[in-house]
Parts: sequence; structure tokens; C-alpha cells
Amino acid sequence: MLVEIGHFALVLALLVAAVQGIVPLIGAQAGSRPLMEVARPAALLQFGLIAFSFAIFIHAHIVSDFSVLNVFENSSLEKPMLYKVTGAWGSHEGSMMLWVFMLSLFGGLVALFGRTLPASLRARTLAVQGLLGLGTLAFILGTSDPFTRLFPVPADGRGLNPLLQDPGLAFHPPCLYFGYVGFSICYSFAIAALLEGRVGAAWARWVRPWALTAWCGLTLGVAMGSWWAYYVLGWGGWWAWDPVENASFMPWLLGTALLHSAAVVEKRETLQRWTVLLAILTFGMSLIGTFLVRSGILTSVHSFALDPSRGVFILVLVAIVIGSGLVLYALRAPGLETGSPFAPVSREGALVLNNLLLSAGMATVFLGTFYPLFAEVWSGVKLSVGPPYFDRTFVPIVAPGIVAMVIGPVLAWRRGNLRAALRRLFPALLGAILAPLVVLSFNRGASPAALAGIGLASWAMLGVIADLADRGGLGKLPVSTVLRRLRHLPRGTWGYALAHFGVGVLIAGIVVSTAWRSERIATVHSGSELSIAGRTLHFVGVTAGNVENYQAQRAEIVVERPGDTSFTVYPERRWYPLAQTWTSHVSITTNGFGDLYLALGEPDGNGGWVLRAYYNPLVPWIWFGAVLAALGGLVSLTDRRVRMRLPVPRVTAAVGPRPAEPG
Amino acid sequence: MSRLSIAAGLLLAGLLLAGLGVPAAHALEPSERLANPVLEARAEAIGSELRCMVCQNESIEQSDAGLAHDLRLLVRRLLVKGDTNQQVIDYIVARYGIFVLLDPPFERVTWLLWLAPPLILAGAGMMVLLRARQRRPDPVVAALTPDERARAAALLGEEA
Repeated sequence: MLVEIGHFALVLALLVAAVQGIVPLIGAQAGSRPLMEVARPAALLQFGLIAFSFAIFIHAHIVSDFSVLNVFENSSLEKPMLYKVTGAWGSHEGSMMLWVFMLSLFGGLVALFGRTLPASLRARTLAVQGLLGLGTLAFILGTSDPFTRLFPVPADGRGLNPLLQDPGLAFHPPCLYFGYVGFSICYSFAIAALLEGRVGAAWARWVRPWALTAWCGLTLGVAMGSWWAYYVLGWGGWWAWDPVENASFMPWLLGTALLHSAAVVEKRETLQRWTVLLAILTFGMSLIGTFLVRSGILTSVHSFALDPSRGVFILVLVAIVIGSGLVLYALRAPGLETGSPFAPVSREGALVLNNLLLSAGMATVFLGTFYPLFAEVWSGVKLSVGPPYFDRTFVPIVAPGIVAMVIGPVLAWRRGNLRAALRRLFPALLGAILAPLVVLSFNRGASPAALAGIGLASWAMLGVIADLADRGGLGKLPVSTVLRRLRHLPRGTWGYALAHFGVGVLIAGIVVSTAWRSERIATVHSGSELSIAGRTLHFVGVTAGNVENYQAQRAEIVVERPGDTSFTVYPERRWYPLAQTWTSHVSITTNGFGDLYLALGEPDGNGGWVLRAYYNPLVPWIWFGAVLAALGGLVSLTDRRVRMRLPVPRVTAAVGPRPAEPG
Repeated sequence: MSRLSIAAGLLLAGLLLAGLGVPAAHALEPSERLANPVLEARAEAIGSELRCMVCQNESIEQSDAGLAHDLRLLVRRLLVKGDTNQQVIDYIVARYGIFVLLDPPFERVTWLLWLAPPLILAGAGMMVLLRARQRRPDPVVAALTPDERARAAALLGEEA
């Protein structure tokens, strides 16, 4: 009965979404306040219904109601409770529920917090969000009904893919989708602005916090996905340029560009058209990513729960959303006001360069991801585009952006002075030159690529510190004054500093872990020893046992390092009888500067076991860096919010509540 | 430092980094390894650029699949026989097609793939430059004397 109520709530949500998508649009066009006011309650109601329906769906998973087909296919009685809850979004149907939940969540949030928005802009934004909800709900109810019943009711379910039974992956989708789908609201704002016919500082001020919110979620989501790959796939790789990884990376690249270009619109009222286009394309990339993952059109290590027939529906949806957005853009963008001028060397100029490189990088990732598909359709040739391609194209495109990333924030708006900027950054420049030389003195065999990477990472990290020191007046003022000045820097400045520093940390992690990784693969017996990166591994033996819903083979290894206390680690292999699958449960010991990564392989039949041991220096910095960047986003978000509460008379004058008559 | 030298520096940094390459990571088993470390290193380099055809987007060095195991042994056998890296790759491509190459070769079918990124970058860069030329601010308005600058800074408080 509960399940039917959940299903019914979803159908009601579809109807509400239709009302939300149509009535306020008519209202905004006709200048009718009552019709426009339908948008807010409708958005909240749609969110309430979807949340209710989603809760019932999760409940069915928790109580293992195998009369629901989706629960039967993806759950089992013996599965641990955590994975009963999080397994709800492990399947296709469940993940689409999560998707539409996030979509309506952002609509609801704008309805709640968007009180200061001009009525017509708010009505149009929420209406577009409603239409997006309508499309997604139609997709769910039409092709991926999560509430389909099963009769007779089976005694037990088929179980969840063991790879998904992992805390990292349990929380990765909500985070990722929060970001992915969060950009829908930027799309809706962009479409609303095109309908209104004006994009100004005020518009950017409203859009930026939402873009930042989504961006933080997406940053964490992508990082969690790569962390999951690192410890689950069992060989310590954290990024493989896999189609599914690219699917989340492409909206991240454009979303990052969007954040920066929206800042230009807000501060300088220029780049309006480009920002609107970016907002449309960023969500477009989220949709394409969803299509890529959900349709299984490209093979990937991350693909679960595929069904090609659904791909067509999503493809049509993607085409409608992106197509109508671009058509509207083509019609309306020429009418948007063009911005104020700026010199090539200026804060704006640096941000344009950032946008240029990020977009070109995104285009490269897009091309590499889809090229095998295009080539097969056009010429029938099956080919692969793997990591070597992306290393050779994406990296050189984006690396100059890292150099510019440090200089940009030091330049003045409108017209900057490069010489003065470099003088302020001199300590960082010095550090960026010295760091690779120091590394070279310790390691004569270091490759030029690794040295360049070290220089770049030092430049990015030291650049932020040099800029902060300069802003605080370090060296010119007493220390107490410097500290006070630093404390009083706007939150936005701290946000930038954290995020840019995080990028430096991330690059350091990537470069060092790639260039100086060590590896030992050997067959070991009880009592044998293996040494790696100055550590000695004593292989004690393997014990077998039954745990929860799997059988484990657990190795015991004592790790010794001269001058350190020894410790014991337990890498495992797990056999899931229900899924007939082995998974590797690696042991990772980290000290923040490097990971000792041990994976137990297969037995050789003569009492020996294959042991793969890796030492990955600085690899944790990859995730520290990503978390710092997301934290930076959050910190600037607090700044935005404070500012949004302040009455800004100029803003209300620029785009005040006015009867909607599109220019 | 001139603008041109900065641009050249940027480009150089990018190109250098491109050589960083894929982390070598292996599913290979100890028994597959060659005793000769030079040959083994060559085998691993070749293997990380060959796709395992039955897997989802993994190289033969990363994959646990039986086919990947067979191909790893094949690569090593050919190297021991004295083949060059290119001969080994050609041998495998001749049997499985260019689908096995994770690093797509520059051929007619991949011209667009390899040429598009620099062309996109160059095209977009040109567009931006042309735009920027139109938008260059009026130098008379932009230039403030140091005195004016100081006064303006004082009036605006400390906000940069």
C-alpha cells in the first residue's frame, strides 16, 4: 500500500511540475502577479512530493520489500543496513529518483531563499526548473518506474553489486548529483534571463551563490569518485580518463569557468552573453554525462545497471534541453547589453584566459570521450582513446591556466600591470624555480615533466601565500596589523585563496604520486619478506572466514620501518557468493605524505599468495587539494550570503521588479 | 618580461607536463615478469598502451582478465625474441585492429581527434583577441596619476 502511495506521489509531482512549468511562464509573459506567484508554492510542493516518494522508496529498501522489483533486483536480506539504505540509489531507477530529488531540491531552495528576486525572474526561473522536473519525471514514470511490483513475492533478493557495497560509493552519488543537478538552477536562471532580455550585475549576484553551491558538491563528488577508484579497483589508480569519469569532469570544467565568468559579470558587467551560454552548456554537460552513464553507450569500468533502450529517451530530453536553450540564446543574446571594455592584461583578461583554457580543455575531453563513437558511426573503425591521448592534449591546454591562475587575482580590474603583479609574486616565482632544482639535487633522474609539475605546484601554492602576505602588508607593517588586516579580508578573498591553494596541493599530489611511485609485486609465503620504499613487509599468513554477506581471505602483514614502531595491516579478498564476484579490499596506511598500498592477490596453489605492494608518495594530497578547493567555495559562499542580505540600491535600480515585457 | 616570453613559457610548461604520462600500475602476476629488468620495463610500457579487449576500458597491464594475461605473456615473448617495441605493437594491431591502441595513432580516421584540440584553442584564442581589441579601454580614462590613485584608494578604503 505504502509503495502505491509513493508511486502516486510521484505522479502528483509530475502534474505539479507541469503546472509549475506552464502557469508562471504565462503569468510572467502577461504581467500577471497571481499567475507568477504560483511558482513558489508549486516548487515547494513538487519538492515535498518527490521527497516523500523518495523516502517511501528508501523505506522499501530498508524493510527489504521484495514485492518491489527494484528491491528484489538490488538488495538481499543479509546485506548490511548501511547498504540497504544507500543501495536505494545504486540502481538505475534509484539513481534517477536521486536525480529528480536534487532537481526539485534546488527548485525548492530558490523558492525559499529567492525572496529578493524580482517576481518575473523568479517566476521564470522556477518555471524552467519545473519543466526540467516534468521531463525527468516523465522519463522515470515512463521508462524507469522504481515502484514496479513483483508477484509472487520472492523470499530473497539478488543482492547489490559488491563493488557498490562500500562507504565511499554509498555517499559519492548524492554528492555528485548535488553538484551535477545543482547546475540545473543556473540553466534555469540563464533561460529566465534570456526571456527577460537582461543580464546584469544583479543577475550574476543571484546566480553565483547557486553555481558555487553546485560546484562545491560536484568538486567533492568527483573527488570521492576518484578516491573510490583508488582503493576499490585494487591497483592504486585514481583517474583513468574513463568515459564515466569524464562525464563528471566535463560539467566540472565548465562549472569552474562559469563561477569565474559570473564573477566578471557581477563586478564589471561584462561577459554577460558568454556567462549565459556557459550556464546553458554546463547543465547541458551534466545531462550529457547522465546520458553517457545511464545509456551505457560507451563502455566504462564504472558502468552499472545499463539499459540501452532508455538511452533514446534521455537523448531526446538532452536534445530538447540543450537545443531549446541554444535556440533561445541565438535569438536573444544579440539583444543583451555588451559589457564595459578592459585591457588584455587585467583581472578580466586573466579570467577570460581561464575560461578559454577550461572550455578548450572541456572540448578536448568531450572529443576524446565521444570520438570512438563518432569514428565507428562514420567510418566503421573501432578505435580507443585512452589516457595517453588526454595526457598529451588536455594537460598542455590546461597547464598554462595554472600559471595564469596565480597572476590573475593580483591584477587590477580593467587594466592591470603585469610587471607590478610579478613583483608582488616574486617570492612565489623564486620558489617555483628553486623547488624543482632542489628536487633535482636529490633525484638526478627526475624527468623534465615531473620537474615542471613541481614548479607549477609550488607556483600555485606559493603564489596564493605571496598574494595574502602582500594584501596583509607583510614586511611593511607590524605583525599585529598584518594579522588584523588578514582577518578583515573579505570571505570571498579567503575563499579564492583556499581554492587556489587547494589546486596547487592537488597538482603536487598528482605530479609526485605519478613520478615517484614505487611498486613491488611478488608471490609471498608465510614468513617471507618484501621491502618497499624503505619499509619491510613481513607476511604472516592468510586466514579465511565468513563475515556478513561475504567470505573473506585476510592476510596479516607486519610493516617495519627503521626508527618507527611496527604495525600490522590486513589486506583482504572478499567473495560474494550471491553475486559470484571477488572484490579486493586493499589496506592503505597513510601519514598524509604518502600511502602504503597493499593488495592481496590470488593464491598460487602451493601456499603462496600474490601480494601487490605500492608506495604512492603525496597521493593523499590529491584529495586534500580537492577538499580545500570545495572548502574555499563554501567560505566564499558565506561571503555572498552576507552580501545578498545587504540592501544594494544600485542593483534594485538596475533590474527591479518590473512588469514582464521581454525586451 | 615581455608578454611573448610569458606566452612561450606557458606553452613550454604545458608541453613539458604532457610528458608526465600514465602511472604504471599493474595487475600482472609475479610469474609473468621477465628476469631482465630492461625488457620488463619495455613490456610494461607497451602493455599500458594496449587495451584489454574484453574489459571495460582497462589496459592489459591493469586487467585481471584471462585475455589480458595472455597478451601480457605474448608481449614478453615477442620482446625476448628480440622484437622492437614497434614490432610488438604492430604484431598485435595486425591481429586485433587499432581498437587495442589506447594511444590512437595519427591516421586519416583520427586526424580530427588529434588536430581539433590545438585548432579549438587557436580559434577560440583568435576570437577572444579580436574581441579584446574592440574592447580596449580608452587610455585617457584608464590612466590615473599615482596621486589620484592614492586618493582613490583612500576614498575606497582598503578593498582591492
